[in-house]
Amino acid sequence: MNPLLAQSVTQPSVDWHALAPELVMAGTACLVLVADLFLPRNAKWIAMPLSAAGIIGTLAAVVSLINTETTTLAGTFEVDAFSLLFKGLFCVLGLIILAISFHYFRAGSYYQGEYYFLLLCSLFGGLVIASARDLISLFIALELISIPGIVMVALRKGDARANEGALKFFLFSVLSSAVMLYGMSLVYGVTGSTILSEIRTSIGSGDEPLVVLSVFFVVVGFAFKISAVPFHFWAPDTYEGAPSPVAAFLSTASKIGGFVGLLVLMFKAFPEVADTWAPVFAVLAALTMTVGNLIALRQQHVIRLLAYSGIAQSGYILVCLALINPGNPDANEQAFAAAVIYLAIYGIMDLGAFAAAVAFARRGGTYFISDYAGLWQRSPVLALLFGGFLISLAGAPPMAGLIAKLFVFAATIEAEVYWLAIVMGVNTVIAAWYYLALIKKMFFETPELDEPVEVPYLLSAAMGIAAALLVALLVYPPLLTNLADRSIF
Amino acid sequence: MPVAYFLVLSALLFSIGVYGVLARQHAVLVLLSVELMLNAANINLVAFSAMLGEAGVPGQVFALFVIAVAAAEVGVGLAIVILIYRNRRSVDIDEMSLMKW
Repeated sequence: MNPLLAQSVTQPSVDWHALAPELVMAGTACLVLVADLFLPRNAKWIAMPLSAAGIIGTLAAVVSLINTETTTLAGTFEVDAFSLLFKGLFCVLGLIILAISFHYFRAGSYYQGEYYFLLLCSLFGGLVIASARDLISLFIALELISIPGIVMVALRKGDARANEGALKFFLFSVLSSAVMLYGMSLVYGVTGSTILSEIRTSIGSGDEPLVVLSVFFVVVGFAFKISAVPFHFWAPDTYEGAPSPVAAFLSTASKIGGFVGLLVLMFKAFPEVADTWAPVFAVLAALTMTVGNLIALRQQHVIRLLAYSGIAQSGYILVCLALINPGNPDANEQAFAAAVIYLAIYGIMDLGAFAAAVAFARRGGTYFISDYAGLWQRSPVLALLFGGFLISLAGAPPMAGLIAKLFVFAATIEAEVYWLAIVMGVNTVIAAWYYLALIKKMFFETPELDEPVEVPYLLSAAMGIAAALLVALLVYPPLLTNLADRSIF
Repeated sequence: MPVAYFLVLSALLFSIGVYGVLARQHAVLVLLSVELMLNAANINLVAFSAMLGEAGVPGQVFALFVIAVAAAEVGVGLAIVILIYRNRRSVDIDEMSLMKW
């Protein structure tokens, strides 16, 4: 034998167990795509139970990793309490979104197999971003979340609103990635590394103009992704044009993916230059909350209302990033934990509200707020659940929205940034106005139609699970707060 | 050659891209402008990679990934542009105003 061929190759060590959730999710996505080819037209819906099984398998893999802390793939992929918490959250959100999607896509005979495949790809991006610890994998994971999202928005090919929503989403998405990428390339030039922990040690001081510029570009890129004001214009139009379950996905899982990337980047790579970016986030947070809530006041379309309310909710999470101050580690940890808690609770309650809107609009119903009049007389359970989610979004009991708001307030007071606490307080009042207006319509006005709204079992289950989770978190917050405390970097 | 030359080139490309995105009305030209911005980032990455020498491999890997992702983005973008052309016989971005506020 040729001596060249006899030489041995050192195999790079890969911790396959740490990668198990991603592998299961990616495998399921491929399986769904191939299975769709062989399913007859009237059995395409089988893609949904297949996807659900895959997500449950992923969740099992996440559970099997609990208490592991390890890095693999040359330090670019880390499994820790933070990444596991968000992987679990993405799986739960994914299951609820599947339940919301099933009847919608089956009734419309849209591209069911393709839709579930794209949804799984996006969730796969979410799993990766929770573990990504270098610029390249962060960027790829972020694109993996948004590109399938764009295609999902455009699935209703003949609908002019869907087309327009998809184009707006696409343009803002690529523009934001280009800006972020330019920032990342400068970060790479300044620090000579793409690994976040190495960037942290070699980024130097925040006085360097190139450092300030690069961090600024990265922040602007992320601000598009999480629809922070003034980079929010795409969100309401895209949500309105998209199939509603896709809007639910973009507003929760996709946005949470963006925030996870932002948290990882800011706390793993740029904490030493927090002086330069914390004030930027303070301005973004105040603008996002205020503008989102003020425009939400005059919305007549439920999905647009939820879109603007979602924008305002992002503002509360941005507050946590604005509190960071290198000299005060205790307050920083509290702010970080508050962001994690808010993200988890926001995802579940917003998804619940979207599920209720989809349930209401299903049979000839509409998305217009005026049609919600007297829902209490027609379908008391749906009205109660929707009302519960809305009150939770406003930040009041009986669901966990209160906990989320309280933790952010507490962190703001702890960090002694009182003006942001005041802005938040004022905004909570403005937000309560439009949530309560919708609730008043549902409970205290007389309906035009009498027949009850039919809600399929799966949608009821989705809302029921979301409501149960939120009530459980309010009754016993340590369920989530312990996890959040452990996930602090 | 100082790395600053490359940074100036990429900054110029990036600015032309931003101008194109803001000023052009034709969807395909907007797409091309975004490509300019992405390639500005690529020039940065490759220049820094060459500056770092042996340690600069991640920069080149990053640039390759960017090229791949840009191709995927253009694929999706052109598909959407064709969709819109079929439905409206026009791809003028300023006419995309069914939904506002």
